[in-house]
Amino acid sequence: MTISVTINGEPIAATVEPRLLVCDFLRDHLGLTGTHIGCEHGVCGACTVLVDGRTARSCLMFAAQLDGAEVETVEGLLLPDGELSPLQASFRDNHGLQCGFCTPGMLMTATELLRQDGRLDREGVREAISGNLCRCTGYETIVDAILTAGRDQAEETA
Amino acid sequence: MMSSDRRNFRWIGQNLKRPEDIRLVSGRGRFVDDVKLPRMAHAAVLASPHAHARIVSINLDAARALPGVYLAVGGREFADSVGPMPTLSSPPVVQHCMAVDRVRHVGEPVAAIVAASRYIAEDALALIEVDYELLPAVVDPVEAIAATGDAVLHPDRGSNVVHNSRHVWGPLDEAFASAAHVVRRRFRWPRVSPQPIETSGAVVDYDRAEKKFTVHSNMSQQSVIGARLARALGVEPFQINFHINDVGGSFGGKSSLYHVPLIAAGLARLAGRPVKYVEDRLEHMANGNQHASDRIYDAALAVAADGTFTGLCLKVIDDYGAYFMMNTGSHGNALAQATGPYRIPALEYDLTAVLTNKTQQAPYRGFGGEVGNFVLERLVDAAAQETGIDRIALRRQNFIDKAEFPYRIPNGNIYDSGDYHRVLDRALSHIDLDAWEARRVSARAEGKRIGIGVATVNERSVLSVTELWFLDDKPAFPQTSSPESVRIRINADGMAVVTIFAPHWGNSPETVAKQLTAEYLQIDPDHIAVNYASTENGLISKGPVGSRYTVMLAGAIAGATATLKTKIIRFGAHMLGVADDEVEVHDESVSVIGDPSRRQSFADIARAAHSFRLSFPGGEDFRSGLSAEHTYDHPYTTMPKADRSDLGVFYPIVGHACHIVVVEIDERTNQTRIVKYIAVHDAGTIVNPRIVEGQIRGGIAQGIGTALYEIYRYGEDGQLLTASLADYAIPTAHEIPDIVVDHVETPSPFTEFGIKGCGEGGRLACMPAVAAAIDDAFRGEGLFVAELPVTPSHLHALRSVAGPSPE
Repeated sequence: MTISVTINGEPIAATVEPRLLVCDFLRDHLGLTGTHIGCEHGVCGACTVLVDGRTARSCLMFAAQLDGAEVETVEGLLLPDGELSPLQASFRDNHGLQCGFCTPGMLMTATELLRQDGRLDREGVREAISGNLCRCTGYETIVDAILTAGRDQAEETA
Repeated sequence: MMSSDRRNFRWIGQNLKRPEDIRLVSGRGRFVDDVKLPRMAHAAVLASPHAHARIVSINLDAARALPGVYLAVGGREFADSVGPMPTLSSPPVVQHCMAVDRVRHVGEPVAAIVAASRYIAEDALALIEVDYELLPAVVDPVEAIAATGDAVLHPDRGSNVVHNSRHVWGPLDEAFASAAHVVRRRFRWPRVSPQPIETSGAVVDYDRAEKKFTVHSNMSQQSVIGARLARALGVEPFQINFHINDVGGSFGGKSSLYHVPLIAAGLARLAGRPVKYVEDRLEHMANGNQHASDRIYDAALAVAADGTFTGLCLKVIDDYGAYFMMNTGSHGNALAQATGPYRIPALEYDLTAVLTNKTQQAPYRGFGGEVGNFVLERLVDAAAQETGIDRIALRRQNFIDKAEFPYRIPNGNIYDSGDYHRVLDRALSHIDLDAWEARRVSARAEGKRIGIGVATVNERSVLSVTELWFLDDKPAFPQTSSPESVRIRINADGMAVVTIFAPHWGNSPETVAKQLTAEYLQIDPDHIAVNYASTENGLISKGPVGSRYTVMLAGAIAGATATLKTKIIRFGAHMLGVADDEVEVHDESVSVIGDPSRRQSFADIARAAHSFRLSFPGGEDFRSGLSAEHTYDHPYTTMPKADRSDLGVFYPIVGHACHIVVVEIDERTNQTRIVKYIAVHDAGTIVNPRIVEGQIRGGIAQGIGTALYEIYRYGEDGQLLTASLADYAIPTAHEIPDIVVDHVETPSPFTEFGIKGCGEGGRLACMPAVAAAIDDAFRGEGLFVAELPVTPSHLHALRSVAGPSPE
């Protein structure tokens, strides 16, 4: 079947098998390999992308469901000049990653969180990322990274 | 001492930001599943549903007929072109990457499909018909020892016992005969695994004309394993080239990853196309060669009336699963620090290695050393209970004193340096024990228990390799080399390029290579790039295993930069018209001693060295270019004695850690929550504190998983019951607390800059501290944690048998 979808701002028309998963569509058909597959049963969160602004597990969703949707992936986070976005830079500054495999999913989950209103605190960030598994960091520096990015964003908009 | 040394370092000790991160946060990592080659096909593997069975027949006809399927192959046919996997066992326990005639664990590959897509390949799997004749499933390791007939997994071995040895070092009988207290406990260590978020995979291309394989895989040790994988494929080592990819976590598990690249390589040759094989999570859990130590201990500590430890007796049964790839290496590892940070003059180690119908063992962060630490620390806590001596005082009393280093433990290994009291003092400075004691009382009124645990453990680092075979009578391959190499060049523009030969797998090799090169050459890290070479362009490298990589890289970089510096000075001095000994190097330039205005920058020297040969004298000294390579051997390792009365020096770079943990346990649900965690480590001189802290926190997170949540459970029929991330519960952000990490730095006398390894430290220390905290929450009630994980149901059972203490 044929779908029209916007990926990181770029309109795309594609013909997909009904059973094609979003993660495979992104990775194999579009070459967007930043979205990672960790478990294929919706537990690890590595494949998290934003669909119409909401986090979604791309391993639990069919590409056919994307018709008319706006999808954001980790590849869309870089600033237009190619510099790291404040959130990406904050992950680097705070050592919020080691192997980097869970990082794209973490970044997309954090992107959704940072777009929401309200003050962030450590418990809130932990709650928000509790569906994303990381096996390297022990999470603390990921929480630091998201809180720092949130604080900087709040100062900028104040 | 360190603080004064520290002032002389310019880059060592700095929190340099990781160059690795830029691609990783941008979605531009180079992981194996990101590799896509022209004409590439996709493999799927049919896994055995049975724990133990004969394969009577495999019918592939329907699978072959499915459109889009390029190849369908069963294990016996596959073995015609791909030989047995590398193994360190002696005599070898033969293992094929695809089962031949007999399956020995659930998940073992039986057949494979190569197809146009993974979707089609999996469709085809469903069309394969396999006729099995069931054999008795051997699940219990103690029952496995005595099993006979069809319950022997490898009939050529005659028994499921693949190793049995007993060693005594020091005056053991005396120690136990004269002990005032003999503290005995039985321990059960759970089968857990590294569980990286990226599974294992390989993409292999085969050139039929040149008969050469090109391998992309998230394995490690490519340069030392490559030759053995080549042998399995029936080609010469030069006919197989391994690329170095980003690796999405290993924690040891991918260091001996043989089956995935072999399956992909064999299929690629048979199919005549590049083949990608990436495990799904179920395959990774059931067949990933990722399961770790699975042990039963009968352990005893002899203690004199005054609390002095005099002897340690460890009788171990280890359930290796269906094969024996890593031999008894994980026990060699435990022996490196078997007596911990304590003066214990006598040691017995009695090991029975047994095979059962489970996934075989592979290394996992600690490689068995963490199990030894757990058992010893638990015995020390038990000794404190039995002697009535305070657990911290008892530890201090038995600590090796800092004046006693280098210290030889009974089996021959050397501890290089340490200051255990100082580490303990530092840890205690981070916690107000009195306040927690008060909180303990108030918590009871809320239905909560508070417990405090302390563990003081050693963290051996910088693996050498004799531990992999020295428990064998007739080792198959008694290797003694474990080198690491680098190649460094300075380009014509003055930029240094460091080439390394082992993958980034979550450690930070590019960062530390930059920092170390910057320190040696005194150049800005921004003027240094780090890249990786595939094996056909590479040098020998064992890579990051056994907490060794930073120490080994430092040695290799020291050697290469020394050569480079000599050449830079030679060129620079000639350009300045003075003798070599009349110049000095600083700030990326060579200048005349006493006249710094006469100088040549590295960039100018590099340009001259690359482009102006005729401006320099003839002969070897002024060969064009600035490049050097260096291979560094382990700094201090010796041979074991033939009778093993002395195992030699095999793991002498020994750090130390003290972890203090406070738990809160809900009396009603038996749920354990960690409310305070302090980790003080001495990993010698630290190259990059933030990276070291990341390793420590990550190791602790895995340790908490082992202590409280994770286990591979097998049913009586050998079915793996916890075969998804929903059942095998690795900790989330809810379960891991913020952790206070602090350092003491006792430099190693044997390594460059005094660096020690730290990659496994967090997990080498965590579990006994958590277990002790749980005991302590029920202080006086006789509760003792001897088995992990302490799940709510396990704790409920422990509380049911415990009662008010008789005292």
